[in-house]
Amino acid sequence: MTAPSPNESSHLLSVLIFSPLAAAAVAAFIRSERLLRLWTLAFTSAIALFSLQLWARFDTKTADFQFVEVSRWIPTLGIKYSLGIDGISLLLVLLTTFIMPLCVLCSWRYIQTRVKEFMICLLIMQTAMTGVFCALDFVLFFVFWEAMLIPMALLIGVWGGPRKIYAALKFFVYTMSGSVFLLVAIIALRLKVGSFSIPDMMGHDYSPTFQIWVFLAFFISFAIKVPMFPFHTWLPAAHVEAPTAGSVLLASVLLKMGTYGFLRFSLPITPYATQVFTPYVLWLSVAAILYGGLTALAQTDLKKLVAYSSVAHMGFATLGIFALNQFGIQGAVLVMINHGVTTGALFIIVGIIYERLHTRDLAQTAGMGKRMPIFALFAGVFALSSLAFPGTNSFIGEFLVMSGGFQFAKTNPAFIVGMICIVPGVVLAAAYMLRMLQKVAYGGTSNPDHSHVLDLGLREILTLTPLLVLVFYIGLHPEPFTRVLDASVKHLLEQTRQVHPLAPYATLP
Amino acid sequence: MEPVHDIRLLLAILAPLIGAGLVMATGKRPNTRETCSFIAAATLFIITASMIRDVLGGKHLYFCVFHLLPGLSVSLRADALSMVFAVSASFLWMVTVFYSAGYMRGLNEHEQTRFNTCFALALFGAIGCAFSDNLLTLYLFYEIVSICTYPLVAHHQDEESYEGGKKYLTYLTATAKGLILPAMVVIYVLTGNLDFANNIHTGILPPDVNRWVTTALYACCILGFAKNGVMPFHNWLPSAMVAPTPVSALLHAVAVVKVGVFSTVRVMLYVFGVDTMHALNLGLPTAYFVSITIVVASIIALSKDNLKARLAYSTVSQLSYIILGVALLTPAGIEGGLVHIANHAFSKITLFFCAGAIYVATHKKNISEMNGLGRVMPFTFGAFALASLSMIGAPPVAGFVSKWYLLNGAFDAGSVGIIVVLLVSTLLNTAYFAPVVYKAFFGQPSREDAEHHHGEAHPAMVIPLVITAAISVVIGLYPNFFMSFVRAVL
Repeated sequence: MTAPSPNESSHLLSVLIFSPLAAAAVAAFIRSERLLRLWTLAFTSAIALFSLQLWARFDTKTADFQFVEVSRWIPTLGIKYSLGIDGISLLLVLLTTFIMPLCVLCSWRYIQTRVKEFMICLLIMQTAMTGVFCALDFVLFFVFWEAMLIPMALLIGVWGGPRKIYAALKFFVYTMSGSVFLLVAIIALRLKVGSFSIPDMMGHDYSPTFQIWVFLAFFISFAIKVPMFPFHTWLPAAHVEAPTAGSVLLASVLLKMGTYGFLRFSLPITPYATQVFTPYVLWLSVAAILYGGLTALAQTDLKKLVAYSSVAHMGFATLGIFALNQFGIQGAVLVMINHGVTTGALFIIVGIIYERLHTRDLAQTAGMGKRMPIFALFAGVFALSSLAFPGTNSFIGEFLVMSGGFQFAKTNPAFIVGMICIVPGVVLAAAYMLRMLQKVAYGGTSNPDHSHVLDLGLREILTLTPLLVLVFYIGLHPEPFTRVLDASVKHLLEQTRQVHPLAPYATLP
Repeated sequence: MEPVHDIRLLLAILAPLIGAGLVMATGKRPNTRETCSFIAAATLFIITASMIRDVLGGKHLYFCVFHLLPGLSVSLRADALSMVFAVSASFLWMVTVFYSAGYMRGLNEHEQTRFNTCFALALFGAIGCAFSDNLLTLYLFYEIVSICTYPLVAHHQDEESYEGGKKYLTYLTATAKGLILPAMVVIYVLTGNLDFANNIHTGILPPDVNRWVTTALYACCILGFAKNGVMPFHNWLPSAMVAPTPVSALLHAVAVVKVGVFSTVRVMLYVFGVDTMHALNLGLPTAYFVSITIVVASIIALSKDNLKARLAYSTVSQLSYIILGVALLTPAGIEGGLVHIANHAFSKITLFFCAGAIYVATHKKNISEMNGLGRVMPFTFGAFALASLSMIGAPPVAGFVSKWYLLNGAFDAGSVGIIVVLLVSTLLNTAYFAPVVYKAFFGQPSREDAEHHHGEAHPAMVIPLVITAAISVVIGLYPNFFMSFVRAVL
């Protein structure tokens, strides 16, 4: 596939990427805060609807990049402006466009200062995030990748909680230091391949040693972004301090950049090194699942609880990716989408609690459900989804990932131990989520007085309903999603299995 | 036997679900609310009953609700095994609606709307389990039952009920997630689908699977459906007795525990299959394993003075009869085990109904305080005596039929050990039920009781328990109705 077919001459992707930037420019001239909010909401909603065209026109039968756009950018360095998406990036682009209006909605009352700057930051984020998932030129990718950092750090640092500066700085330093390795890898690849085109890089044959170095550079950069255990320490800090919209963006989209990086770069560009490192990455994923679960169980701050649960969920995503089979990778992409939906929703839920009680302490929220039945219903569904209750979206993702893991263990019996180790992780997910749900809905025999607390308003219901629909839609009818992924994942596996004479797992299924 | 597409299956599981919605919507008017509950229960029973003839005629009814991925779907089936469970659960729900209205109003309980809603949802889960066509669907409804019954167990919202509820949820979800889910994933990876087999012999596992893998999966399934009360994961059941008595009656004697046993049996027969279990010699070890539960739980029951606690341990012990019967792998054993699903349901619900009626009428929970109460509550204690006979396995009450077949099965299997277990447990059953009945009728009432004039509880409670006791006798005398299903399973 790898040569993109430039016969489609639509500029859909460019419009998706750059229109938010234009909207941000317009926003700069709007005075009224109310109008600003409305404008951003209307615009992001329009983009979300517009992006459905991608879904409708996407050809599920081919693994080629689609909606490709190529034009000259910096010819002297061989850098092109080239865009395109396959099934994996399609889902992530849609996730991004659909999560944006919800971010605006959940900041409606939460953000009261510097509304204009906030909305502009959000819109710039949208450009950068969509760009990352669409870029087919490594330099273009890197530009978007870095462009995300600053607005995100601002979101945390300006509109965040009490330790916002610390959190913003930690986020910035961690991701920035990861990016340095990515840059080195890009340049090294450029010197070998002679072009920055990602498809070109995928088709090239590299020496094992070179692959190992590139893989490691990729790995550090992406593992920080995921974040994989033990590179995760920036995540709880960033989540706890970020405003609701920041947390939602972080959880729903930014964390996916790391796993997307593994799928787009590590696996196809360095297949040999991937096979060498697979067992190690798998074990790190197992560690993340257990560590995230255990730490989440110990939290009394709701946001920290959800943040650590993210570490565990992303552990499932990386486990699926490095199981290197159809089940695993399809499951991993589904886990990525599901985590975006469910954890995003949970952060909105926590934001709703915070807006009302000005605390996120589990003990203070005890028994809220009694006064807020609608809230309890939403919180219940999302908590159940997060613990992978059957019939919800996360179940199908984790089920596939676990199938992938066992499939891998079938040919590599040593990993059976690893699969047995993740079982307690699955149980832990139920433990910390049900504990939270029990506290929020019931509490204990003496709960704080919540009689003045109001149940969800229309705006909040509107924010959560689309996510609720997705929870059940993906959970009960995942086929449209897996169909989109099918060809791309198959092709990705073929690339990964280009058997190198020295490959240790030449007999992968 | 071609599966026949039948929408009644979907309607059957929708009836309690819609019922739950209506109950919630009409919460402000208690009479309308209870009527909604009853209509949902009656509808469910009628739909279930309408399928009896087709199933006995050898049809295999089938309905696919959601198709998830290749080999994974949420789909329903009605076969002879599902009918044993579905008919008894749906009928008993109808009876319980009356009883529970009497009980909850008699005690002026709080949050009755939540209670009734969750009750209907629990039945939704139970009926879903009865009609599930594959392991995924079974697991889905199994988990729904776990979650929806939590508010019922923790109903009183005091220290004790929160503790009980916590234990309940911990045991049930941890075993389901920790044992069933991985087993299910491995079965999916090995076979490519999770659909139950169409007969009890072949199972669905391909023949080339390593025998140790099969054995491990089997062990996960026996222990993982912890609602079946098999030791060591039985402890949730006595703790769950903090719930109001209608919950203990319908859920912890019929729906929830039977969901556990039914799931275990379903998986034993339709995922592993009799042939595989024979080949790997899994039958008798399982029978001996659950024998421990039968005997130990009976001994613990002896030591309990709280009536509901004694009944709870009796349930733990009786549930294992069902698994024991199936594990014998002989036709008579399987018949005896399966028919006990229904027989135990009718008798045990009577016993719990009685315990609740006694509590509402006299506020007594302990057996030692019940001396002489039989003379003032003749119907209640009469029903209790009949149901006890059934638990012991004496003719002409339902339990006799089960025990007869179980003993036959044990003889066919040629296992002296199991015969001994059955005899010992019968003695123990007598030892812990007979004193209750004896004291009630022949004991000397305390002076306080003699002065205080107790009577029977409200008719809304007494009539249901008389009905279920009467049915226990009827299905003991004419066991053909449930036996015809059980024979059709073989």
